[in-house]
Amino acid sequence: MQKAIKKYWPVFLLPTLVAFAIGFIWPFLWGLFLSLCKFTTISKIEFVGFANYTKIWADATFTHAFLFTALFTVVSTVTINVLGFAVALLLTRGVKGTNIFRTIFFMPNLIGGIVLGYIWQILLNGLLTKWGLPLLALDEKYGFWGLLILMSWQQIGYMMIIYIAGLQNVSPDLIEAAQIDGATSRQVLFKIKVPMVMPSITICTFLTLTNSFKLFDQNLSLTGGEPAKQSQMLALNIYDTFYGRSGAQWKGIGQAKAVVFCLLVVVIAMIQLRLTRSKEVQA
Amino acid sequence: MKKKLVSALLSVAMISALLVGCGSSASTETTETTAEETESATEEAAAAESEATETAEAAPAGEGKVYYLNFKPEQDTQWQDLAALYTEQTGVPVTVVTAASGEYENTLMSEMEKSEAPTLFQVNGPVGLQNWKDYCYDLKDSDLYSHLTSDDFALIDDETGAVQGVAYVIETYGIIYNKAILDDYCTKPYAVVADVSEINNFDTLKAVADSIQENKEDLGVEGAFTSAGMDSSSDWRFKTHLANLPIYYEYEAEGETSSPAIKGEFLDNYKAIWDLYITDSTTDPTLLASKTADDATSEFANGQAVFYQNGTWAYNDISSLGDENLGMLPIYIGAEGEENQGLCTGSENYWCVNNQASEEDIQATLDFLSWVITSDEGRQSMSQDMGFVTPFDTFTDEYETTNPLVKIANQYVADGTKSVAWCFTTMPSENWKNGVGSALTAYAARTGDWDGVVTAFVDGWATEYQLANE
Repeated sequence: MQKAIKKYWPVFLLPTLVAFAIGFIWPFLWGLFLSLCKFTTISKIEFVGFANYTKIWADATFTHAFLFTALFTVVSTVTINVLGFAVALLLTRGVKGTNIFRTIFFMPNLIGGIVLGYIWQILLNGLLTKWGLPLLALDEKYGFWGLLILMSWQQIGYMMIIYIAGLQNVSPDLIEAAQIDGATSRQVLFKIKVPMVMPSITICTFLTLTNSFKLFDQNLSLTGGEPAKQSQMLALNIYDTFYGRSGAQWKGIGQAKAVVFCLLVVVIAMIQLRLTRSKEVQA
Repeated sequence: MKKKLVSALLSVAMISALLVGCGSSASTETTETTAEETESATEEAAAAESEATETAEAAPAGEGKVYYLNFKPEQDTQWQDLAALYTEQTGVPVTVVTAASGEYENTLMSEMEKSEAPTLFQVNGPVGLQNWKDYCYDLKDSDLYSHLTSDDFALIDDETGAVQGVAYVIETYGIIYNKAILDDYCTKPYAVVADVSEINNFDTLKAVADSIQENKEDLGVEGAFTSAGMDSSSDWRFKTHLANLPIYYEYEAEGETSSPAIKGEFLDNYKAIWDLYITDSTTDPTLLASKTADDATSEFANGQAVFYQNGTWAYNDISSLGDENLGMLPIYIGAEGEENQGLCTGSENYWCVNNQASEEDIQATLDFLSWVITSDEGRQSMSQDMGFVTPFDTFTDEYETTNPLVKIANQYVADGTKSVAWCFTTMPSENWKNGVGSALTAYAARTGDWDGVVTAFVDGWATEYQLANE
């Protein structure tokens, strides 16, 4: 078997590699190059060097979008993971109907972001109207909390599944031993369960962090960046720069923003992985 | 023995599974080959076909083909029919593709990347042209441009004098009103006018709207104006079309046709008309942010409101009221001398020919366009089926459109009123419009004040102009 793999590895590897190169590496390199150009269509481009990068901050929306995104990422990563973990704890206790609840909590994940955005827009606007408050599109704060509610509702179920898998892998021996030693249930949770599911926490924080940072569909459909781009996140800001503005120079600037954005996501994800990995333990 | 039997059975099962596997893969292979064969067969057929059409083309119109990326979904069928007719008559293949509503710019961008790019596309005015000016063929010597009645309807480059775009439809907007309800109102004791024709300035309009709003139960309406929805399907009526009026009057006062920095001299008037729209309305102003164009249209078509700001293009949506019940008023904002003001007339649909296309294709496109505006079939289709008013001298009296709103607009011109030009095509960017729109929405919902609108209008203009033209 080992020999066969050694001999035939190209057969297994190459198709994926080719697909990856065509679908990812090549467009990525093109994207890098285009961020140095002025263009409307890629058949007619003009090289301008780093000029696009200096103009990223020309319209002052990028900084605001970055701050909004950063704040949203922090808050949503915390809420989604804490709530997801709590639900997972509840649903690993062997209560009756556990499977039904797991299924129901997971379901929101099966609906696409755009659709969810419009559904929640109607729901939240209905509530706000009832209370006589300004609608989602009128106040940045409501837009922010609306997005948070929407994302939590969608993501908690997914993270819950990962945490459940992690919790089920915690050996009952360890818990029993701790209990015999007189550990309270609180101590069992923080000294045994949490360290043991650290790999799941790594995965879940990575997923929520990058998901929130890259959030686009929900942002577009729930608030569309209103009022006056105050609830615009980075991905939507890039889209808006690229498509929403006329003039050839904006395409390159949008592209440059996208490159900066990509770097940001990579750096933040790396830091997070390093931090949570260092907390992982071997049992 | 038993063990042997089990292993024998197992191996049989394994082998049969293998065989089944082989069998199925073999069968897929055969289907694949057949699929390939049919594909190559169709390709051959297509090749043969295109050869055939090519030979057919060679005779009358030279080689080349036309690909029109159409902007108006309402007229898709008519363009398809017209294209088919042209191909039948001349043998030149004409493809018409219509972009989904609101997706024209994106569609155009991706279509232009293709090797078979559109030979004919459109831009929405000088600002929209910014994206595509390097792709526009100079139409100066074309038949199309020679039939244009006025240079006002062409996009001409200031420096080179190249004709980059030619308008093909002229549209008009104003305040459409429900004549039946308004006539009924004029007979009431609380009416402030005896006849619609007395409404010829902002103060009268406001007095009428206020008294309609006050007596809405008696008149059986829900408000004087339809909801001024600020959802993206409807906000262009106010951030673009209504904002045209203060810009127009400022240009008139300053003797300009465009400006790098607007002063906002008529913003108080803009505030007055916007206040009127949101106060004497069917809808609570705090809810406008989520109201759509469909909401306003249905309110008007169901007779729940008397006034509805929109243009000639909206006729099909409101025709259920009956042609005799439709009237149109100019949008009065309280500017001096507005008694003689007419409706807002202009165009934001300009044809451009792609200069990246091959010589033959460009020629074929120009021939097609000249056929559209000179042949009987083309003129018939544009004026009757599509209901367009065109700026070409070939559309003589017998090609007049049947759209009653257009007739009303023509009547205003005939009565000697001064039409308001579409200055909004000089708005610095889409972004500026969005800024004004957000500020208007916030003002209506009382989460922002009017200063916000002034800032977005005046400061936003200067910033955006600079960003767009650096």
